[in-house]
Formats: sequence, C-alpha cells, structure tokens
Amino acid sequence: MFTHLLSLLIWLPVIGAIPLLLAGNARPNLARWLSMLVAVLTFVVSLFLLVQYNADAGGMQITENYLWIASWGVHYGLAVDGISVALIVMTTFVGILVVAGAWQVIQDRPHQYMAAMLMLEGLLIGVFCATDALLFYALFEAILIPMFILIGIWGGPRRVYATLKFFIYTFFGSVFMLVALLYLYNKAGTFDMATLAALPLTMKEQTWIFFAFLIAFAIKVPMVPVHTWLPDAHVEAPTGGSVVLAAVMLKVGTYGMLRFILPIVPDAGAHFAWLVIVLSLVAIVYIGYVALVQEDMKKLVAYSSVAHMGFVTLGIFIAFLLVRDSSNTAMAELGMQGAMIQMISHGFISGAMFTCIGVLYDRMHTRQIKDYGGVINVMPWFGFFYVLFAMANCGLPGTSGFVGEFMVILASFSANPWIALFAAFTLIIGAAYTLWLVKRVLWGEITNHHVAEMKEINGRETFVLVSFAIAVIALGVWPQPLVHLMGSSVSQLVHQLAVHKI
Amino acid sequence: MPNLNDILIMLPEFFLVAMACVLLITDAFMKAEERPYLHWISIATLAVSIYLVIAGQPGQAATAFGGMFVRDETAEILKVFALVTTVLVFVYSRPYLIDRKLLIGEFYTLMIFAVLGIMLLVSAGNLVSVYLGLELLSLSSYALVALNRDAVLPSEAAIKYFVLGALASGMLLYGMSMVYGASGMGGTPTLDLAQLHHVMGYTKAPTLLLFGLIFMIVGVGFKLGAAPFHMWIPDVYQGAPTPVTAFIASGSKLAAFGMAFRLLDAGMGDLSHQWQLMLAVLAVASLAIGNLVAIVQTNLKRMLAYSTISHMGYLLLGLSAANAEGYAAAMFYAICYALMSVAAFGVMLAMARAGFECEEISDLKGLGKKSPWMALLMLLTLFSLAGVPPLVGFWAKALVLEAAIHAHMMWLAIVGIVFAIIGLYYYLYVIKVMYFDQPAEGSVLQSKSDMSMRVMLSLNALGLLALGLYWGPLLGWCRHAFGI
Repeated sequence: MFTHLLSLLIWLPVIGAIPLLLAGNARPNLARWLSMLVAVLTFVVSLFLLVQYNADAGGMQITENYLWIASWGVHYGLAVDGISVALIVMTTFVGILVVAGAWQVIQDRPHQYMAAMLMLEGLLIGVFCATDALLFYALFEAILIPMFILIGIWGGPRRVYATLKFFIYTFFGSVFMLVALLYLYNKAGTFDMATLAALPLTMKEQTWIFFAFLIAFAIKVPMVPVHTWLPDAHVEAPTGGSVVLAAVMLKVGTYGMLRFILPIVPDAGAHFAWLVIVLSLVAIVYIGYVALVQEDMKKLVAYSSVAHMGFVTLGIFIAFLLVRDSSNTAMAELGMQGAMIQMISHGFISGAMFTCIGVLYDRMHTRQIKDYGGVINVMPWFGFFYVLFAMANCGLPGTSGFVGEFMVILASFSANPWIALFAAFTLIIGAAYTLWLVKRVLWGEITNHHVAEMKEINGRETFVLVSFAIAVIALGVWPQPLVHLMGSSVSQLVHQLAVHKI
Repeated sequence: MPNLNDILIMLPEFFLVAMACVLLITDAFMKAEERPYLHWISIATLAVSIYLVIAGQPGQAATAFGGMFVRDETAEILKVFALVTTVLVFVYSRPYLIDRKLLIGEFYTLMIFAVLGIMLLVSAGNLVSVYLGLELLSLSSYALVALNRDAVLPSEAAIKYFVLGALASGMLLYGMSMVYGASGMGGTPTLDLAQLHHVMGYTKAPTLLLFGLIFMIVGVGFKLGAAPFHMWIPDVYQGAPTPVTAFIASGSKLAAFGMAFRLLDAGMGDLSHQWQLMLAVLAVASLAIGNLVAIVQTNLKRMLAYSTISHMGYLLLGLSAANAEGYAAAMFYAICYALMSVAAFGVMLAMARAGFECEEISDLKGLGKKSPWMALLMLLTLFSLAGVPPLVGFWAKALVLEAAIHAHMMWLAIVGIVFAIIGLYYYLYVIKVMYFDQPAEGSVLQSKSDMSMRVMLSLNALGLLALGLYWGPLLGWCRHAFGI
C-alpha cells in the first residue's frame, strides 16, 4: 500500500512540526488542531504496519535501504520486526493522547510545545526502526534535543537543573557507545547492524564493547545506580513530557539492549548477565521501597517506573542464563516475551499514571500527596480511572501489568528460584506504595478546602483516560495478539543468544 | 623565470591583490556617503575570486614559481571555504560597522589582504611562502583587531596579539632555519617542502632536524590556538570588534589547518611518528584547558574563545592520525568549525546595536521569546558546536574520533569523548539562558532588520542542519583531496 511506510512514519511528524512553528504564537488553536491532525495521521499510518507486517514470518521486514554517506558506507536503513511494530504503534498511540492532554494546559507558546512533541515522536519512531548503527545512534542522541527543550521551557520550578542533568547524564552514557560503534566500524567496515551481529569478536573486545553499550542503555532505561536523573526529570517535566519519557523514551534503552548487546556481544552478555540481573533485582526491591517513602506523587510514580523497568532488564538477561546454562529455550522465550509485554504495558500504565497526576496538578498546582485526600468525593469518575491504573500498576490480573511480570517471574523461577523470589517481592511492595498512594489521595475525608473546589474531569481528559484504560484492559484480558505479533521475533532473538562469536 | 602559466595558476591571488589596491585608491577618493558601496565591491571581489578558484583547473595539481606555490585540491577547498566565510563575515558585519561608524576602507582592504594571506598559506610549497602567507595574514589581523583604535580593550588585545604573534613567528622562523641547515648537512640545502620530505633519509644532523620540527610545531600550535600556546585567544576574541573575531575564528582556522598540513605532512611527513605524539599531547591539553575554562566564562566571546581551543583539540586529533583519512577528517572538521563559529558570531552581530555589544551570556536572556528565529538559529549552531546529532558538528567529531581509533590511538579517542561531555555543559548553558530564562526588565533585544544578513545567517545556520543530514558530498570532497 505504502512503499516507504517507515520513512513516512518518521518524517510525517517531524515535517508536520514545521507548519506548527510557522503558525506562531498568535494562533494557538490552529497550532493545536494542526498537531492533532498530524498525530492522528501518524497513528493511522502506523496501523498499516500491523497490516503489512507478517508476524508468522518474523525477521526484519518492510525494509528500506539507501546508501546515505557513500564514503563512510553509512546507510539510511530502516526495517521492523514484531517488537519494533509494537513499540511504534504504542508511540503513535501515546502521541495522540499527549497532544490531547496538553490542549489547554499549555498556554505559553503552545505551538512550540506541540512542535517539539511531534519531532520527538518522529525521532523515537526512527530509533525503533533503524537498522544502521550510526543512524540509530544519531536518532538516539537527537531525541535529547526536543526533550531538553520540553522540560526546560514548560517544566516546574527546578526545571533548569532537571533538564541539564537529564541531558548531560544521558549524553554521558551514549558517547561511549559511539566509541564502541566506531571501533566496530573499524573492524567490520560497515555500520550495518546485521553485519555487526555476525562479526567475530574476542572476549576482551566483547567485554569492553559490552560495558560501553551497557552504560549507554542502562542510563536510558534507567537501571540502578544510574537512575538518579529520572526522578528529577519526571518531577520537573510538564505532564506530556513525563508521559512520553516514561511511556516511550525509557523503552529506547531496553530496545537498544535487544538490538546491540544481544546480537553483537552475546558472549560478554552471557558472562555478565549476573550483574544486570542483580541490578534489576535491586531496582525491583530497593527502588520499590524508595517509592514507598516519597511524598511527591510524580516522584513516586517515577521510582515505580524504575522498578518496573527492572522487570524488562531481568526478562532480557534471564534469557541469557536459561539459554547458556541450561539450554532451556522455551523458558528463555517466555522470559523475553514477558519483558517485551512489560515494555508495552508499562508504556500505557505509566503514561496513564502521569496523566492522572497531571489532571490533579492542573487543578491544585501541587504534587504533594499530603495536600490531597478525599478526592473521590468531588471527582468520582476520575477516581474510577485512578484506581484502575493503580491496580494495573501493582500488577492485578486482568490488567496488562500482570501479564509481563508473571511471565518474567515464571521464567526466572526455572533459572533460579531465588531470583524469582526477589522478583516476586514486587507484588507486595508495588501494591504497598500504589495502594497507599491511592488511599492518601482518593479516600478519606476532605481536609483541604481546595480539594473541595476541584472539578470533575472534562471531556478531553475523559477521552485520554478512557483510551489508556482500553489499552490497559485489552492487553490484560487478551494479550494473545501482542504475543503473536512479537512471538517469532522473540524466538529469533533467543536463538541468537545461543550463538558463540569468539 | 616566471611565465604566463605561473600567473594563470595564481590568478585568484593576483586578482585579489589588484582589487585590494583598487579598493585602497577608491576609498581615498570616495565621499563619506559613498563608503557603503565599498561593502558591495568587496563582496563582489570575493565572489569573483571564488569563481576563479573553482573554475581554475579543478582536480589537477600544479605548481608555480619553481614550487613556491602549490595549487592542489586541498588548497582549493580551503580557499573556497575561507572566501565563503569571509563573505559571510562581511554580510554579518555591515550593520554593526555602520552603527559604530567603522565602515571604513581599511576594514575591507585589510580583510582582503588577510584572505590573500590565507590563500598563499594554504598553497605554500616552500618554507618561505609559508612564512610569507602567515605574516600577511597575521599583520592584517593585528591591525584589524585594533580597528577601533580609540578604544582601550581592542588596543590592548592588539598589542597582546602582536607581541605573542611576533614571538611565535620568530619561533617558526628559527625552526625553519634549523630545518634548512639540517637539509644542507649531507645534501643541497633546500627550503622546498617537497624536497624537505626526504631530508630525514640523508641528513647528518637528525637532532637538528628534530629541534627545527619542534619549533615549527610551536608556530603551528600558536596559529591554531592549541594549548599551551593559546594565551592570546581569549583576550583577542574578547577585545577585537566582533566582525574581526568572527574572521579570526573562522577563515583563520582554515589557514591554520592548511599551514599545519603543509608543514607537517608535505614537509615533515617522514617524521610523522615523531610529531604524532606531540600533536596528541597538544590535543589533550587543548581539550582539557578549552573545555574546563570555558565553563566558568560569563562573556560569550570569551567562552567561544575557549571553545575554539577545545575545537582545535579535536582538529589535532585528526591531524595526529597522520594519514590521509585523518587529514580528511581534520579538514572536514576545520570547514565545519569555520561555518559554525561564523554563525555563532553572526547571531551576536545581529543582536548588537550601538552601545550594546551583546557579548555577555546574560545579554541573551529571553532571546527565545524576544526573537524566536534568531534564537532558533543560535540553538542550531550551539548544538552543532556541542556535537549533538543530527547537526554537522557531531559528524565532524565522529570523523576525527574514528581517525584516531583507526590510527590505534584509542586512548586519545576516549579523552576526546570525555571532554565532549564536559564541553556540552557550557553550550547548554547558553541555550538555557536563551530559552529558559525570562527576558530581563526593559530588555531591548531585537534583531537587525538588514535583509541580506538575515537571509545569509538563516542559510548559514540551517546549512549546519542540512549538512548534518547529508554530509556525504563534503566528506567525499575532503577525502578526494587526500587521494582516498
């Protein structure tokens, strides 16, 4: 139907942002409707991916490959597998909700805000389908620019500190990846990721490259102990920025692990899998406790994001243990599959949680939990959604949060019951911090007279929350289509793990 | 004896000399209200020179005046970009000069002589012509810095520049004399770079040759502004009128690259294993001093001065690889850097008015609101300087890093990348001031309405983005010049 579907998906929002900038400050409504038009169009186009992608065949499909820089052999190479398709559709879906969510909230230069959002969306889509390592890297870094602007201009009181920390922290990680890529280029003479995956490397080389990749992606995910930029960035970012950050941008880190660490340095990955597993467990347990004591709602959800992303990294690296130590491919696939579902599910849940906090913040202009209480009395519909997403956040069966975590715990049990035990702590800790949050914000008597004046959610907010709710419940009740979409790609990834490259 | 062919090979240079003289004479006979025409005559002169450089035997290397003057692709590329950046400097500086009543014939003639110096320097085939070109460029630059001769700061800067510059020229000359002497011990003494290439093979005084090399590297380091020979850079950048700073930071750096390449590769290529490490040390020192000291600057021109020092560190990364790939990367870096820095100073010139230099970082407060377009152009330029993709500054950095890795200097690449992170901070800080700070009370930030300037500045900054999206042809051109 479309010959350049992926290019269209990347460039539609990026180029669509230019007329927005030209619309200027004087016509904010024009800018809003234009951005909605672009976001919806992008989403519709991304649905064609589901049609064109053949989930049974797996592998990289819908390929586009052009020589970009002849003298360096850099290609403009795009292709998707099941995992990319799922992530791209999630990105475009969240894109619409972010535009809708910012509709009246952003009053200062809305055209620039929307333009930055759309550019960010386009670049993120690009990251999820690049097959040339240098193209991937360029897009991976370029997403920092719009996010830097988003937090810096429209953020909270400490936005400058937060955005500088965010930018420099993530930049710090990724430059080492650049050195690793240049080294690989020197060896292989190409940046093509498939060729790099087949390149034999000694254990020493693999170790260095593994750590260069790990630091880049671990900061992005973020993993303990390099997660400290995330709470700051989340707290200070505008609601839309937080939603995109949690829902999509963190996934870039784990996606990078799949595309770089797994195929290019599998032996070092297997050798150091214990390290990542331990860090993931620390994220799940320790960061869960940290979330418990937060007094700021956004910070609480930010820390819970770190804990939940721990499941993704655990699922990916537990597969190493299962394949290399016990050749248990079936269980490895289960763990990997769980990690992928957790990625998508966390995208929706965290996006929804941040939207809820945004709704409260727009009315009260405070994120402190103690300022709330009894919100359910004045906003019953909002309360309904808030409880739903909170339940999903603690992994209640029937919501999407349950599926991925359950699969990862199951897989880790067959690797080592102790790992499963620590991972399962999340069921208690997650429930504790989330339910306690709900209790303090929603239930009880109204003690603050500002709460009594809060208005019920309007049509626009209802639309955003309903959309998130549909996604969360649909994935929870019937994950089969998603499992099918990613199934063959996941098993191909797991088979790659078994290949020794030394 | 020089013949017609020699003159044809040097046609762009001869044309510039002739036009500089014409400008001097017309200036003397011009009425005050006719002076603005000088601007257009000068731009036309440079435009014709660009045409002459491009139209003259592209791709075919030729020498003139018995090897004194070399015309090859390297020289052509450097000349084209030196002329282009000078045109940009002229276009950006017109409103500034008019505001300050500095639109005088001297500015244009001196600039043209300085460009002529650059063109001779990058085409030098002999130690004497290196020195000739360098002095023509330097003497014009000293005078340009002191253009506003009644002001204290520029005069001080000019004196500093002159004294240190003269010292560096002396060092260079001293080194050249040693090299000349070494070439005479065991063979016929020669000043010709192509012949000097083989001196190491036969000279009976290799130590003398090495000493000469070291002194010449000091000269090159001074011209590049590489640490520890960087002392003049901050004062001169800050003290000079902004148009002159823009020139010193752009066209002049192309010349410095050309000079380094001619002296080190064409002349001393045999000793590359000796100077490789020296350049690497200079590179590390420049990266460290430039990036660390830039962080604490409050004056934008001074900050850009320290950033220049760090950028020269990256350029040296490419040079110290000492192979064609490294030279191509370094030349790519020099060209991109010239285009970036001229854009950065261009924005400052666009915002400056009579009595307001717009040279403190805090002067840019709230630029994102006051003048969104200029702020966007500055944003692109700063991200490019910081080396964030997809802007061209990133690819330039990636190329020199790759060259260093290719030459088995992984440690150097890692040092380079670590300082790129540190350097990021001060560029982001300026963006923070422009976008995240509210405009100061009674802020009068307003960009100039000069149309030619707005158009060229937009093309310049958007060009950084366009080059970043498609840098293949420029890189291909640079690589072709070095035979790959």
